[in-house]
Amino acid sequence: MNTANHLAGLLPGQTAAVTGLCAPGTIRRRLQDIGLIQGTVVECLGKSPLGDPAAYLIRGAVIALRDQDAACVRVEGM
Amino acid sequence: MGLSKDSTGARAADTGLSIEKKEPDDLVVALAGNPNVGKSTVFNGLTKMHQHTGNWPGKTVTNAQGRCQQGGQGFVLVDLPGCYSLLAHSAEEEAARDFLCFGGADGAVVVCDATCLERNLILVLQAMEIAPRVVVCVNLLDEARRKHIRVDLEKLSQLLGVPVVGTSARSGKGLQSLLEQTRQTIEAPEAPAPPPVPYSPFTEDAVRRLQPTVEKLCKGQVNARWMSLKLLDDSDVTLDLAAEKYLGLRLRDCPEVRGLLEDIWQEWKTQGVTAEQVRDDIAAGAVRRAEEIAGMVTTQGQNGYSPRDRKLDRVFTSKVLGFPIMLLLLLGIFWLTIVGANYPSQLLSTSLFWLGDRLRELCTLCVLPPWLVSLLVDGVYRTLAWVVSVMLPPMAIFFPLFTLLEDLGYLPRIAFNLDKCFQSCGACGKQSLTTAMGFGCNAAGVVGCRIIDSPRERLIAMLTNSFVPCNGRLPMLIALITMFFAGAAGGLGGSVMSALMLLGMILLGVGLTLLMSKLLSKTLLQGVPSSFTLELPPYRRPQFGKVLVRSIFDRTLFVLGRAAAVAAPAGLVIWLLANITIGDATLLAHSAGFLDPFARLFGLDGVILLAFILGLPANEIVIPLILMAYTGGGALLELTDLAALQAILVGNGWTWVTALCTLLFGLLHWPCSTTCMTIKKESQSLKWTAVAFLLPTLCGFALCFLAASVARLFGLG
Repeated sequence: MNTANHLAGLLPGQTAAVTGLCAPGTIRRRLQDIGLIQGTVVECLGKSPLGDPAAYLIRGAVIALRDQDAACVRVEGM
Repeated sequence: MGLSKDSTGARAADTGLSIEKKEPDDLVVALAGNPNVGKSTVFNGLTKMHQHTGNWPGKTVTNAQGRCQQGGQGFVLVDLPGCYSLLAHSAEEEAARDFLCFGGADGAVVVCDATCLERNLILVLQAMEIAPRVVVCVNLLDEARRKHIRVDLEKLSQLLGVPVVGTSARSGKGLQSLLEQTRQTIEAPEAPAPPPVPYSPFTEDAVRRLQPTVEKLCKGQVNARWMSLKLLDDSDVTLDLAAEKYLGLRLRDCPEVRGLLEDIWQEWKTQGVTAEQVRDDIAAGAVRRAEEIAGMVTTQGQNGYSPRDRKLDRVFTSKVLGFPIMLLLLLGIFWLTIVGANYPSQLLSTSLFWLGDRLRELCTLCVLPPWLVSLLVDGVYRTLAWVVSVMLPPMAIFFPLFTLLEDLGYLPRIAFNLDKCFQSCGACGKQSLTTAMGFGCNAAGVVGCRIIDSPRERLIAMLTNSFVPCNGRLPMLIALITMFFAGAAGGLGGSVMSALMLLGMILLGVGLTLLMSKLLSKTLLQGVPSSFTLELPPYRRPQFGKVLVRSIFDRTLFVLGRAAAVAAPAGLVIWLLANITIGDATLLAHSAGFLDPFARLFGLDGVILLAFILGLPANEIVIPLILMAYTGGGALLELTDLAALQAILVGNGWTWVTALCTLLFGLLHWPCSTTCMTIKKESQSLKWTAVAFLLPTLCGFALCFLAASVARLFGLG
């Protein structure tokens, strides 16, 4: 599978593990709130009809993130 | 949508966290939990209230309170808005945290979704750090069973160190034992001492040093371990403010605390520990522990996102089918509403007017003076009858249908599909949800904007909410469309035409919402879109029977209540205007005549504009007011159906251009007075209320002017 370096680069169907967050302040907290910390496994489920945002499976919940926010989550492919 | 008199209008914005105990020994219990875990269902099940429930995160934005009793013990339940964390990033999270932390409640019940336990446990662990007496309610066990997810509740209780009760709130299972367990936990002499969430050694070490001092200063009023943790996170000033308010203590400024903190940071600096690292560690602690516990107590048949949901999402959010399905669903709902409302509308109108005649006979029998009979029957009663027969049937059909979509979990998918549009307009994707709420009641939609975190984006959503027609305006649009544009076609073709035209009006409203959002974010409310996360909940089979009964019942009461409260006095006013004569004409003729030249510019007439102005308290009464004004002094007309109404309008000079302009103005004019007051309350600003008033009004005048001018130019109408 491809190695994407951030979450927004993940294609539907791909899975990756979070290696870190590069967002400041509030965005960082929000991402942590939904369970995105180092080691969290995330699957990209699909993009919305207009291509952005995309839906991700995070710790059993489906959560939509905009590309600009997802780009703050560094991941490595699995 | 669960519109009732408590969820709409002025009451929708009631947020005060003042607890109303009926008996002095009532126990106050806070209900906390992630969004969309069935908290409101638990709340309703226990209190027998009808707080609005629906399958989308964020529908509870206010703190509902309710009382229930078990074995002589009273409980006051406080339904806190759903949140993912108690680390307080938004006003709701802050309110929830303060309520749990500073002794507002005797105990707390944290409601979890059994199908997504891991994520839910994060909040449970955070709540346990703050509140001393917590009971965990693992809800949606029925749904979990269907998905072959098993949760070992006993083991969960052991690992967490607090009582755990399993429930299926939709069918009411387990709620009584939840209440019993909560009472026991609150009444127990000692609060349970659950094992704390472990953090990294450097954090733990610092907490160990701070805790005794904090304990001493706070005198046991708050959890000292948690307070110490928060002192290590210097980014959160809200807690410092809250502590000052509730404890009268500026903890961070106490010399002992300050000394300790300085030492700790000094050491961390030499060890290379950064503030960001500490904050991350505090945030990650609960997440890691939740993962660990969830792994030990759940056996997954499949996770919360089932293959069925995956398939449905592939269709509903597909690149090709996503938008067509959305439009078709909306069209279908409108069509069913139009077709279904026609017959009961006629029936209601016939019977209500028959009743009116009997009422007149009764009045005459009681030898009331003729002017009083006319005032009561022609003024008050007739307006009321019109409002009920025109408004009630469409609403009693539209809302159950809409509620079914809502229960299914489709609304968040709409937000998901449309987010890109809102994003490019500098607005928040959740605005689709508040816009959808606007269909029910714009005031409720404005309050619903609290789910949007960024103040700038929330204001945009509030200012543009009235671009979709609320339940007072939708039937007006339906009636006008049926009378002037599709009625002639008749049959299936006619009703589909009506539905298409209504869809067109709604799309115009949504399009203007986007356009105005963009305009606002380029001018008055500049800024970049903020981050946003939107949860897409599992699809749930709607409870058809319950939705239909509840919705029709609530709606009937709601419309009747409104009719009595607003239509009756309006009928009185318009009757007086039509019957008090000054000089050579009635007051009504004077005011309509005064407005007429201005109104004609926009394809309306003086009476229509006057009706919209008098309709400020409630849009329901606009059409009845127009009819009333046209027939005002005259004899009571036999009005059996829309065709008869149309005849009156045409008789008073209406053409299809007049109807089109009235439609446009009905969609786009000032928000009703309740909505204006709600905007004032929510925005705390007269300026923004004025903008909210002017924005749709100017759009309405502009479009009407355009339509009327084009029609005049081509000699149409």
